Amino acid sequence: MSGHVVAKKLYFLIFGTLLALTALTTGVAFVDLGQWNTIVALIIACCKGTLVVLFFMHLRWSPRLMRVVLLSALLWLAILISLTTTDFFSRDWIPIPQGWEESSLLRPPGLPEHFLHRR
Amino acid sequence: MSDSHASSALAHQFEDLEQQHEAASLGMWIFLATEVMFFGGLFAGYTLYRNLFPAGFAAGSHMLNVTVGAINTGVLICSSLTMALAVRAAQTGKRSALLAFLMLTIALGLAFVIIKLTLEWRHDYLEGLAPGLNFTFAGPNAKSLELFFIFYFLMTGVHALHMVVGIGVLGVLLLQAGKGRFGPERYNAVETAGLYWHFIDIIWIFLFPLLYLIGGRY
Repeated sequence: MSGHVVAKKLYFLIFGTLLALTALTTGVAFVDLGQWNTIVALIIACCKGTLVVLFFMHLRWSPRLMRVVLLSALLWLAILISLTTTDFFSRDWIPIPQGWEESSLLRPPGLPEHFLHRR
Repeated sequence: MSDSHASSALAHQFEDLEQQHEAASLGMWIFLATEVMFFGGLFAGYTLYRNLFPAGFAAGSHMLNVTVGAINTGVLICSSLTMALAVRAAQTGKRSALLAFLMLTIALGLAFVIIKLTLEWRHDYLEGLAPGLNFTFAGPNAKSLELFFIFYFLMTGVHALHMVVGIGVLGVLLLQAGKGRFGPERYNAVETAGLYWHFIDIIWIFLFPLLYLIGGRY
């Protein structure tokens, strides 16, 4: 036989923890933590994801090659999100002189003012 | 097949069952890496627009039903447990347990999709919160709220599509398991389907807080 057979008890333990974390993340959303609400929710989601990957997806007992595949996927995801956001949010840090009348741009109602400077 | 191998479960290009097992899992992990990129684009877009229009996204999130979302998260976690137990039943050669756990997983998966469809999407559509089909919301931040609902329908829709594909895969496995195709030496199909199923669960684990729990419920 190939592959590791996980004890049933461990599966139920992970299952219980996942349900508890779901209850926790839902409960925390009703408490005002300001900016931290999103951060706490993401930390809990990462913990839940890690539990699923390690135990339900057997990564804890898998060869290193599969961990490399997962880590490379996460690395590329980090590049995707971090480079997109750093580019987008730093565009108007350095003012670029504009040679044309800015007011001539049609601005749809509701679009924030700073949206126009992103180019 | 090659007669130098003792086991008929072993395809002739592999040295042993262990290697065959690793090759099957590795293939699925690489596919899942491409899926991370696929959903990653949606998550990146979500991050960007939520930072540009925080008020509209918070207001949109408030209109979703947290109770139904939390229950569906529970349903999906239950289905992950039954899937893990199905893989275990296949590994240990317990055929009736395998059939039962596969059926349970399919039932829970169907329950998730049906809850999503009837209690959420249908409700959102009737409330006039479905961009492109029926969007009648005209309160403050209507445009950015519409953008939130575009992300909501796209992300949950693509996720539910993955669920439907997963249910189909499990249905095929159920038929094969009924014919006694799986056993301790031959369960790679169940294992890789399990990896896919757990991956869909993880996507929802991130979608639930990002869509339902943002903007403050207090």
